[in-house]
Amino acid sequence: MTDIAALPADAAVAGPSRFAFSRILRRHPTMLVGGVILVVMAVVSLLAPWLAPYDPIELNVVDRLRPPDEDYLLGTDAYGRDMLSRLLYGGRVSLAVGLCVAAFSTVLGLLIGVVAGYYRLADALLMRVMDGLMAIPGILLAIALMTVTRASIEVVIVAITIPEIPRVVRLVRAVVLSIREQTYVQAAVAIGTRFPRLLRKHILPNTLAPLVVQATYIFAHAVLVEAYLSFLGVGTPPEIPSWGNVIAEGRLYVQIAFWQVLFPGIALALMVLSINLLGDGLRDLLDPRLSRRA
Amino acid sequence: MWVYVIRRILAVIPVMAVVAVVVFLILHLSPEDPAAIIAGDNAKSEDIDAIRQRLGLDRPLLIQFLEWVGRLLTGDLGSSIFLNRPVLQLIGERVEPTAALAVTTTIFSVVLAIPLGVVAAWKAGTWIDQLIMGLAVLAFSFPVFLIGYGLVYGLALEWELLPVQGFVSLSEDPGRFLAHLVLPTIALGLVYTALLARMTRATMLEILNEDYIRTARAKGLANGRVLIVHALKNAAVPIVTTVGVGIALLIGGVVVTESVFAIPGVGRLTIDAVLQRDYPVIQGVILAVAGVYVLINLAIDLTYTVLDPRIRY
Amino acid sequence: MATPVDAAPLLAVEGLRTSFVDEGVALHAVDGLSFSVGRGETLCIVGESGCGKSVSALSVMRLLPPPPACRVEGSVRLDGREILALSEAEMRSIRGNTISMIFQEPMTSLNPVVTIGYQIAEAVRQHEGRSWAEGYARALEMLRLVRIPEAESRLKQYPHQLSGGMRQRVMIAMALACRPKVLLADEPTTALDVTIQAQILELMRELQEETGTAIVLITHDLGVVAEMARRVVVMYAGRKVEEATVDDLFDRPAHPYTVGLMGSIPQLGSSVEEGAARRRLAEIPGIVPSLRAMPSGCAFAPRCPLATERCRAEMPPLEERRPGHRSACWHWERAAEAIHA
Repeated sequence: MTDIAALPADAAVAGPSRFAFSRILRRHPTMLVGGVILVVMAVVSLLAPWLAPYDPIELNVVDRLRPPDEDYLLGTDAYGRDMLSRLLYGGRVSLAVGLCVAAFSTVLGLLIGVVAGYYRLADALLMRVMDGLMAIPGILLAIALMTVTRASIEVVIVAITIPEIPRVVRLVRAVVLSIREQTYVQAAVAIGTRFPRLLRKHILPNTLAPLVVQATYIFAHAVLVEAYLSFLGVGTPPEIPSWGNVIAEGRLYVQIAFWQVLFPGIALALMVLSINLLGDGLRDLLDPRLSRRA
Repeated sequence: MWVYVIRRILAVIPVMAVVAVVVFLILHLSPEDPAAIIAGDNAKSEDIDAIRQRLGLDRPLLIQFLEWVGRLLTGDLGSSIFLNRPVLQLIGERVEPTAALAVTTTIFSVVLAIPLGVVAAWKAGTWIDQLIMGLAVLAFSFPVFLIGYGLVYGLALEWELLPVQGFVSLSEDPGRFLAHLVLPTIALGLVYTALLARMTRATMLEILNEDYIRTARAKGLANGRVLIVHALKNAAVPIVTTVGVGIALLIGGVVVTESVFAIPGVGRLTIDAVLQRDYPVIQGVILAVAGVYVLINLAIDLTYTVLDPRIRY
Repeated sequence: MATPVDAAPLLAVEGLRTSFVDEGVALHAVDGLSFSVGRGETLCIVGESGCGKSVSALSVMRLLPPPPACRVEGSVRLDGREILALSEAEMRSIRGNTISMIFQEPMTSLNPVVTIGYQIAEAVRQHEGRSWAEGYARALEMLRLVRIPEAESRLKQYPHQLSGGMRQRVMIAMALACRPKVLLADEPTTALDVTIQAQILELMRELQEETGTAIVLITHDLGVVAEMARRVVVMYAGRKVEEATVDDLFDRPAHPYTVGLMGSIPQLGSSVEEGAARRRLAEIPGIVPSLRAMPSGCAFAPRCPLATERCRAEMPPLEERRPGHRSACWHWERAAEAIHA
């Protein structure tokens, strides 16, 4: 009787892992599209010094406000600067800000979230602080943070990062709280498992999937917020050709030179879209349950 | 129920306290001398000293904070450094366009997003669902100003259908008031619609898998009845919650939209204040906005008692 | 022996096959199931969870996802009418009206944000075209029928204000509100306390006597079967493996799986050691095979103490072994020995 009891019914159909590459492509085509667009945009931005046909900053008044033609594929701005070159360099700002904000807010949110989820005493205080931060619209908080010191890309990153943290904290805390309730974790605590091991063995692996998804969405949102801040004139210093800055300058001439708003706008939309598609794909892939929720 | 209501109301206090501390600290934790930043790059040292004194920046931090909070509790949000007028008054003058835009956008988005989300969930996996969700992720990713300038360029400039920008007060001319709000509402509303539609779909999908939906279908009810009475009614709480939380996002979008359409609202007030480093105005706006946000979400929490009978007792 | 049904049976299921399509592969959750039930009769379908009992009931109700995700084949005749061929709109007019269903989880099967009265009344309104007032009047009548105390005030209450047993009574009231001819009850007492279970079963028996509704009772609990059924269908891995009257089944089981399910039923001459052996058998070792990895022979062979080479190679046909007693086992005569293995 024992020999049949041990028969695993599913042994024969263990099948390929859901992480197999071809399967991912087949099941999540949007992720492929998003990933490819993002990678292309990233590579092109990184190679901007080699790809850009002109200097993105040098003024050239003779060729000001030229519509797209064979010399200037995407036209020029009010100072005669090549739009294509400015957009290529602008992509670097968006990527840098987006990636940094995603990384910093995720790491800080993870730290605070683990502490809040694990230590009852800290939880009450930290979560009140997070509730308060969430009550301030992110862009307003970022704008306020931008005013207290001289503008630079670093300050932009900090200003966008802070409002993103509370949501990561909530996510991580929720996972930690639910993990603490699991019998196997309670057992681990009961036999004296130390906190760092608990973190490594139980908390991090369970937080990773939703955290990666969240980080992707933060990435997309940060790219947008950077452009919004620059557009409003309170973001990246105006001498740096970020997409928001390019649009902010171009808006003055939108009636006679629509390309000044259209092209950077499309570049921005394309990048944000590709990241969001990637995020949706990752969400479906890493946590099928999440895909139904968010 | 009253326990729930009172608990919710009391929960507002710590949140606003944290907001006040954050708003206060932003200026004071700056690595640079706040008085110098406010005074601007070309200020003389006497000007900086004057500002420091006027804002009380030379006194101990705790005293400053307590005095500031004391004034806040009497409803005094401080005065603008440049305009030399009470912040509350400045906000009051600018609040109509901002509130109007926020309200029209919320209505527009809710009316559009909920049916779309419900249909997408009902037709999950079909081309209808994919189309709606595809449009949603697109709208979700498009910057407000791209949609805004697109609308301005297409509808307002080319066809002269609608006013390009600006704002007309409701008391002045209701027709033109609405006409001026159409384009900003669409530009801002599409993003918010996308967010809500995604959320509605996700919630509905989860609810459509519930046992009581199967029961409703086993009763032989029509699809509409199953979707609206049985599913949507249960989805109301999460959807309304998203509307409330989304207001934070909406207000951020309002600032940008006001800029695109040259609407003289609170967003413009804020940006002007930032460019002039008029810190009391910035602090006042953030406090007021956060206060409104917290109150709206309190109101939403209280509607749960109507939407979900389980909370009532 | 089965009580012969005078006329054509109310519900006749013939060769029911329900398949779920996953990545182009059709998996048969129910395969070739046939049963029938007549007016005032109770048929029990018994088997472990995952054997296809609930899917069978949902197939009959046509409550499974539409094709291509899921396919239902065979024939289901309700009062002589083939319902698998009906349009969705026609089916809706039958569901909850001529045939209704109650579910296992009374805690989650009622809508938490809608009053009990409304939930009963809307079915009456839908099917009988009555006003809300008449619907509520019927709801009240039904709540009294299922012996819910203070029925009047319950109408305006929400499910969370009722206990599990009360909720299942509400489910029964709802299912019977339009006086269906057939009631499918999917594990109606599983989630309830033992004492409440007995009350609900008693209620169903009484109501059946009053209304003559045919009941298909799905359960994994042979205790419930003994209590309620006249005829029993035993299902394993989507197929019917045995069918008999309840007395026949308990006295002379003709399938080792049935014997396994009966593990704890006392028998003549059982000793303490045998008792221990039976208790082990009460939980049949191993699990129901995955739909993806169905053995080529008898699906029960991997878990069966009597299994031989033939069992593993060849699927035993379901045949009448004794009058009114059908079994799908090569060793049906020795089935009772399964208990001593």
